[in-house]
Amino acid sequence: MARTKTRQDPTKIFDNIRDDMAPVEAMQRRGDMAQASTLAEREAAQLSGRGSIVEVLEPKAPGDSERMVINMGPQHPSTHGVLRLVLELDGETVTKVEPVIGYLHTGMEKTMQSKLYQQAIVVTDRFDYTNPMGNNLVYCLAVEKLLGAEIPERAQALRVICAELSRLSAHMVWLATHALDLGAMTVYFYCFREREMILDMFDQICGARLTASYMRVGGLVADAPPEFLRSLDDFLKIIDERIDEYAYLLSGNEIFRGRTIGIGALTQEEIIDLGVSGPIARAAGIDWDVRKNNPYSGYENYDFEVPIGANSDVYDRYLVRVEEMRQSASILKQALGSLKDGPVRCADRKISLPPREELATSMEAVIHHFKLVTEGFHPPKNQEVYVACESPKGQIAFYIASDGSNKPYRCHLRGPSFVNLQALTPMLEGRLLADVVAIIGSIDIVLGEVDR
Amino acid sequence: MVSDSITGPNPTMSTVPRESSRAYTQTPEQAERSVEKLQAQFPDLFFEVRRFRDEVTVYVPREHLVPVCQFLKSDEETRYNFLSDLTGNDWPDRDPRFEVIYQLYSLKHFGYLRLKVRVPEDNCVCPSVTGVWRTANWHERETFDMFGIHFEGHPDLRRILLPEEWDGHPLRQTEEIGWEEPEFTVRKVQRDLAKG
Repeated sequence: MARTKTRQDPTKIFDNIRDDMAPVEAMQRRGDMAQASTLAEREAAQLSGRGSIVEVLEPKAPGDSERMVINMGPQHPSTHGVLRLVLELDGETVTKVEPVIGYLHTGMEKTMQSKLYQQAIVVTDRFDYTNPMGNNLVYCLAVEKLLGAEIPERAQALRVICAELSRLSAHMVWLATHALDLGAMTVYFYCFREREMILDMFDQICGARLTASYMRVGGLVADAPPEFLRSLDDFLKIIDERIDEYAYLLSGNEIFRGRTIGIGALTQEEIIDLGVSGPIARAAGIDWDVRKNNPYSGYENYDFEVPIGANSDVYDRYLVRVEEMRQSASILKQALGSLKDGPVRCADRKISLPPREELATSMEAVIHHFKLVTEGFHPPKNQEVYVACESPKGQIAFYIASDGSNKPYRCHLRGPSFVNLQALTPMLEGRLLADVVAIIGSIDIVLGEVDR
Repeated sequence: MVSDSITGPNPTMSTVPRESSRAYTQTPEQAERSVEKLQAQFPDLFFEVRRFRDEVTVYVPREHLVPVCQFLKSDEETRYNFLSDLTGNDWPDRDPRFEVIYQLYSLKHFGYLRLKVRVPEDNCVCPSVTGVWRTANWHERETFDMFGIHFEGHPDLRRILLPEEWDGHPLRQTEEIGWEEPEFTVRKVQRDLAKG
C-alpha cells in the first residue's frame, strides 16, 4: 500500500505521524476525519468484497427510524471461523439477519468422490475438526452398511471410546470459546487444560492429535496401546471433578446468567420445522438423541441419560451440554470397564487388511493386501445408504450412493452445523446486538462443516 | 436382486456370503406401513419402491411431490415431521438425469424414509418443499448451487456456498475435478525463460 506523505513542513502537529503509518490513521491524526472515514469505508468495502461495511438505509415511511446495515465477519472472533452476518439494525435492535457462508468451501464432497472409499476417511476429519473421531465413525458406519460388514466387539467399544472422547473435547472447545465470548476468561484455560489431555491420548492411540483418521472401514487401524488405556483411566479419575469446576465458574455467574437466560429461545415446533438437532433441540425439551433412539456401534449396551432442557434459551443449551459431558464420562467409564480382548478388524479380507504377520506366511494374504491397497473394494452396484450418528452438534449423517466402482459415486454429508445455522435468523430477529454473540456461541457451529 | 456380498471384479477371491449386519437396529416395518398408507392415500399414482439393508426408498412423481410430503408429514401414523437431509445426484447416462433425494425422519417413531424425485436435464425443475419443512430452504439452495436443479416456489433461490458469479455446478458428474497452479516465482521465471 502506498504510504501517505505530507507535503507541508513538519510541524508539531505532524510530529506523531510516521512514514510507515497506515493512511487512515495518519489522516485521523492530522484531523482530516472526513477524508479518513471515506478511505476507511473504501478499504473495508474492498476487504469484505461486497459493498460498504456500514450502510445507512433511508427510512421507508416518514416516522420510521433510520436503519443501518452492518457486516459482522467474516473476520470476527466471535463468529468462530469465517461466518459473515449482514445485520440490519434499528438502533441496537436487530431487525434482519442474513448469514453469508461459503468462505471455507473447498468442495470436500467432490474430493471424497474422487478418492477410494478408504482414502476418503482423511477428508472426514476436516469436516467438523473439533470432532474428528465422530466423523470417521459415521463415514465408516455408512460404508460398512453399504458393504454389509460385521465389526468385532472390541473395535465397536474402542470406537465408542474415541467418539465420546471427541465429544468431550468438542464440548470443551465450545464451552471455552462460548465463555470467552461472554467475557469469562478462566474457563477457557480450564477447558483447554483437559482438552490437551484428550489430544495427547489421541496422539497415543493413532499418532495424530487433531486429524485422527483412526477408524477404518471394517474396524480400526490398530489396537489401542496399553499406555492409552492407562492415560484414559487416569483421565477418567479427574474428569468429573473438572466438569464440576467449569460449571461452578459459570452456573452461578451473574454476568453469564444475565447474558444467557431467556435469550434465543425457539419453540419446539419451530425447532422441528427448521431441522435443528442436538443439544439445541434437547434444550427445547425434545427428547431425541440418535445414540438412544437409533443406537449404533453398541451404544445400546451403555447406560446413560439424555439431558433435556425446559426453556430452550442459551443458558439451557449450556446446561444440556455440560450434562452431556458428564454422561460422556460415564459412558467412557463403562466402555473402559467392559472392554474385552479380541480383534479390531473384521475378518473379511476383502474389506480390511490382513494382519501384518500373515503376510510372511500366506500367499493369499499378500494378494488380498495388494488388491485392497491398490484397488480397494467394490460395494453393491446402484445402492445407497443413509447413516446418522449423534455428533456434538447434532444429527450428523452420510448419504453414500454406489455405482459399483471402488469410489463413492455420491457422498453427501448432512452437517448439523449447516442445518442449525439456519435457525440463527429466527433466533436473532428482534433481539439486541449484544445477544448476537451469545446466540452464535450457543449454536456451536464449526465452519468446516457448514461450508464443506 | 440385491446381493449382500461384494461384487468386485476380482478373480482371485471368492465371494463370501454374509448375513445382513446386526449393528443397525433400524426396522423397516414402520417405513413399509407408511408406504402402504401412502399408496392407499394416492391410489391413482404408482410409487416405485426399492429396499436395501432395511432402508426403504420411494420414487415420487415430480408433480405430486408436495402433496405426498404434506401427507407424510401430517398423517398421524406416518408422521415424518423432520426433514433430515435433502440432496441431489447426477447420473449422466440415465434418462431423467438428475434425482433429488429427501431423507425423512420422524421424531415420533424415530424411523427413516427416503423419497426420490427424478428430474430430467431439459426441464431441470423440481417443486420446492420449503412450504412443508422450513429447513429445506438452505438444502435446496445448496442443491441448486451444486447441481443446477431449480426449485419452483423457493422463496430465495440463490447460490449459497459458491460465489454468485460462479460458472457451472461443480457436483455434476460431468464437471472435472480441477485445480489451480500456485503462482510461485519459479514458474514465472520458467515462463519468462521459455519466452526468451
